[in-house]
Parts: sequence; C-alpha cells; structure tokens
Amino acid sequence: MFSLLNIRVGFYLALRQLRRASRWTTSLIVFVMLLTFLNLVVVTGLLVGIVAGISNQYRIQETGDVVITALDTKDYIENSPQIISFLQTLPQPEATSARYIAAGSVEANYFSRIDPNEKANKSGASIVGIDPVAENEFSNLSSYVGEGSYLAPSDYDTVLLGPQFVDRYSFGEQPGLTPLKNVYPGTKIRLTINGFTREVVVKGILDVPANSPLAARVFMPAAELRQMMERTDYSVNEIAVLLKPGADAAAFRDLLKRSGVGERAKVRTFDESIPNGVAEVQNTFAMIGNAIGSIVLVVAAITIFIVIFINAITRRKFIGILKGIGISGSAIEISYIFQSLFYAAIGSTLGLGFLYGFLVPYVSAHPIVLPISNAIIVAPVGGTFMRIGLIVLTTIIAGYLPSRMIVRKNTLDSILGRN
Amino acid sequence: MIEVKQLVKSFKDGLVETRVLKGIDLSVENGEFIAIMGRSGAGKSTLLYQISLLDEPTSGHIHINGKEVHMMSEEEKMLFRLAEFGYVFQDYALLPELTALENVALPLIMQGLSKAAANEKAARALGRVGLGARLNNLPSQLSGGEQQRVSISRAIAHEPDVLFADEPTANLDKESSSTVMDIFKELHAGGQTIIMVTHEEEFAAFAERIIKIDDGRIVSDTKL
Repeated sequence: MFSLLNIRVGFYLALRQLRRASRWTTSLIVFVMLLTFLNLVVVTGLLVGIVAGISNQYRIQETGDVVITALDTKDYIENSPQIISFLQTLPQPEATSARYIAAGSVEANYFSRIDPNEKANKSGASIVGIDPVAENEFSNLSSYVGEGSYLAPSDYDTVLLGPQFVDRYSFGEQPGLTPLKNVYPGTKIRLTINGFTREVVVKGILDVPANSPLAARVFMPAAELRQMMERTDYSVNEIAVLLKPGADAAAFRDLLKRSGVGERAKVRTFDESIPNGVAEVQNTFAMIGNAIGSIVLVVAAITIFIVIFINAITRRKFIGILKGIGISGSAIEISYIFQSLFYAAIGSTLGLGFLYGFLVPYVSAHPIVLPISNAIIVAPVGGTFMRIGLIVLTTIIAGYLPSRMIVRKNTLDSILGRN
Repeated sequence: MIEVKQLVKSFKDGLVETRVLKGIDLSVENGEFIAIMGRSGAGKSTLLYQISLLDEPTSGHIHINGKEVHMMSEEEKMLFRLAEFGYVFQDYALLPELTALENVALPLIMQGLSKAAANEKAARALGRVGLGARLNNLPSQLSGGEQQRVSISRAIAHEPDVLFADEPTANLDKESSSTVMDIFKELHAGGQTIIMVTHEEEFAAFAERIIKIDDGRIVSDTKL
C-alpha cells in the first residue's frame, strides 16, 4: 500500500485538494483540531496544575527547596546556630528561615463567657516563632496579610492568625479546630503553650487558601515563643532553605549531609518532604485529566471521521473516476491520510504556539485563583508531544477508514452514482 | 486484439434479474474505429464498460492481447486501465480541483513519470487538442467542449492501445461535437484504436465499423 509511487500520487492529490478546498471548511476543521489539542493538553495540565499549585504553596510558604527538621528521636534540631551559620557561608541559599514550632491553643471571647460550663471558643493551633524579617524574605509572609499588619521584630504580645482560626474565613469546624468568632486585628486572644497562657493581640490575619500551610498556623516573634516554650538555647525546630534559581536541591541536600548536618537533623528536598497525600492527589488528577483527554480524543476522531466521510462520499464519483483511469485505491486513501495529517499538524502547531507562546507563561505569571490553590498549567514538552502523537495517530485512522470505505466500492457504481 | 465471447451481463434487483447483455461475440482489431450504436437501454454502454474493464461481466470471456480478463486480479486490471486504455466519458469526468494540465498529468505520474516529465507530456497532449493556452485553467473555467477536449487529452497522453469513448458528444453543442469528432478522426488516422458508444448517426459515420445493439444482442456489424 505505502509504495513510493502511491505516496507520491497521494501527496499530489492531497496537496491540490487542500489548496483548492473551501477556506472556511479548512479553517473550521483546523479550529476543531486546535480545540482538541488544547482540550487534551490544557485540561490535564490544569488539573495537574491545581495540585502543582498546592505543592508549590508548600515550597514557597513552608519548606523551601530543602528543609532541615529534627531527628525522629529529638524535639528540636541540635546545634541549630552552627547549622544556620554554616548555611550562611554557602552560595546556594537565597533565603533561610529558622522556626520554633510548638503545639498550643488559642481562645477568643473569654471575656463574654459568663457560664463556666459554656463551651470555650478555643482551638488547637500550631504556634510558629519566626524572625519576621527573615521569614518575610523567605516566604513573603507580609504579602499574605489580608487584615491588619505584619509582625515587626520589636513586637511584643502580638500574633498573626491563619485564616482557619477565624470563622469568617474558615471552612467550618474541623476536629480540633474551632474557628474563633468576632476576631479582628486588635482583638485580644489567649495563647496557651505547655500550660502557660498569655494574652496577645491579633495584629494581622492571613488571607490564604484553606489548604495553604499558612492557613492553620499562628505566627509570633521567635523570642516570645522561646520564652513560652521555656527553651533556653537557640535550637529551632525547622530550618527552611530557598535556593537560588538553577541550584540543584538534591545536590544541596547531599552537600549538607556530607558536611555533618545529616547526623544532627533530617535533611530533605521539597519533593521528599511533600505530604504523601499531595502526591497521590496529583496522580489522581492526572488520571482524571487523561480520562477526560481520552474522551476528547474520541470526539475529535469522530469529527475527523465525519468530515472525511462526507468529503469522500460527496466525491465518490471522482474517486470512481480516479480508479477508472488507473489511479490505485491506495494512492487515493493516502491522499485522505495526508489531508487528515495536514489538519492535525496545523491544528497542533497552532495549539503549540498558543500554549507555550501565551497560555503557559501567562497563567504562570497570573495563576488562576481557585479556592484550593493558585493553579498553573503544567504542560511538560515531552507529554505534550506524546499527546500530539496521539492526535496524529487518531487522525490518521479517522481519515483512513472513511476513505477506505468509499474506495472499496465498485468503480463503475461510483462513476455512475449507483448504490 | 480484443476478443469477446458469449458475454452476458445481468443486474439483480432483489429477486428480479435483468439481462442487459445476452451473449455478445465480438472481435476488435488493432487500429479500428468502432461505433457502437443502439437505442437507449439497448446495452451499448454496458458492453463498453465490460470490454474496458470498468465492470465485471456475469459470464463469458474477454481476451485482450491474448490474455483472459477473467483471470486478472484487480491490481492487474487497474494497471491495464492505466497503461493500455484511455477513457472519454459523457460528462468529461475531470477532477474539479485539478487544472487541465494536472488532470492530464495525474495518470502519467501514476505510471511513474516524474512531475516535470508528466507535465511536459500532458502539455503536449493538450496542445494537440488546441488547449495549449488553457493549461492552468480549472475545469470550472472551461466550456463543455474544452472540458471534453481535456478529457480526450487525458485519455491519449499515455498513448494507450485502445481509446474508449462513452457518448463523448452527448453533452456538447454541434460545434464542440464536431471538434471532438475531428480529433477522434485524426487520432484514428494516426493508428489509434477507438471504441465509441454513440446514438448519433452523424458521428457514428466517423467510424469505419458500426455495431448496432438491440435488447442485449448485436443486430448488425457493418464495415463502412
């Protein structure tokens, strides 16, 4: 079938049919292919991008590229000051944040509670002690303050609240997390850690999605938390390191391990530290995207089949004439395959240009704000070309089958228009 | 060169079988110009389609250059139609998206000629029928007579053994019909074998042999 001569004649016919076909029809088919391509790549890319957005939140707001945490047998990172000093001598880090972390609780509306049996408006909380300047350089925390203002290094008895603790932001009551009512910047709340209670003022409330690592945290200056935790040395619980662009996180992790940090703390890259659930959600979304993509592919195949079938059936007489004058059926079929390939190639090329020339960079710069994350479009080039391959393959089959059906009909019946 | 023996062609429509050709015997020598005549429905076009390998007879034998057609594969028949035969149809049967030159060149390319060689040969064939100046016109830009001349060019460009013509003047005015018949006359003078179906006596007179068919049988075979 695919002899050089048949391919030559098929190409000759296809080229002329395409050149002299209705521009509107051609544009419409190419547009369908463009939409098919975008549907196939963007839907999956966006679904994966939603989870990538969640993952990215963890990276930029909590872990950085490499995170150092206490060994399983310890409550804190031993020799933290030496590790922090060592990090400052290395060229790779762009920003570092050392944090104290303690489990505690926050309580509001205790002034108005008259009945001692009334349930306290109280919630368990993860209290994080930070250097406001270093943390802001690391996670740009001040930019997430939705109400009130950010912490200053000289602040005393002030906290930043994650939105999960404030009833007007939260998604309702969750186990161990009761949203606080009537809490605004300036409201006094009680903070309890290790049995020590202190009254603090809410200086600001963060405005981040519910699944942000910042959502269920209470931030306060490190010195105050150390005091409440009764920690006498400067051993922190977590050191997050954001690397300069282009730096290899795995190589940096290995460097820290080799230099002895690994003996005193756990050193993990972002990928290693990401919660398992996030990776599973990411895989699940990718599978859903592929399933939707498969349906799109079938719809595109049917569209091409119908277009080529109508084209072939209206040209049945001419197909008969071609066979009558000695043009092989294979050459005629190949001409339809070439036409289908043309539609797929132009549609995919336009789609590629639109995707990488506009959509991906634009959405990366302006993520789509969704309740669960700021979604981007994840479209790795390898995966995109694999999908183009699928479109091309589907198109070839969808173009070949109807032409084959018409070409197989009796030559004279086709010429004379007999059934 | 073409030998037809006891050729039968029937068409079935449900349980009803209609015999269109009822045992035709015929032989055609090289260089002959034959006109097949008959009233409408007599079976003249059906006979042409069987001889020209566009259709399969129900029974009987056709030998072309000593070769039994019945034994040929579809591929062989296709190659035969491509290389040995030329066709002129009543409605010209040109491909609308191909120019006059491309319509004529296409079968030549299928025969393995390069595009340049095919175009050169096609241009020569079109020049022969007086269309040297209309090479790049699409069929829709040509008159009926001109389209039929393109069709003749396509049929003769590869110098076939036999030229089959099915009512070539049926859709043409008198002047265009005369032009077409003059071309046939000239081709025949050059030794071309022509088998033409027509119902017009005036044009049948251009042939040297007239075969009349009625009710699926040859009723007369006259050499002029």
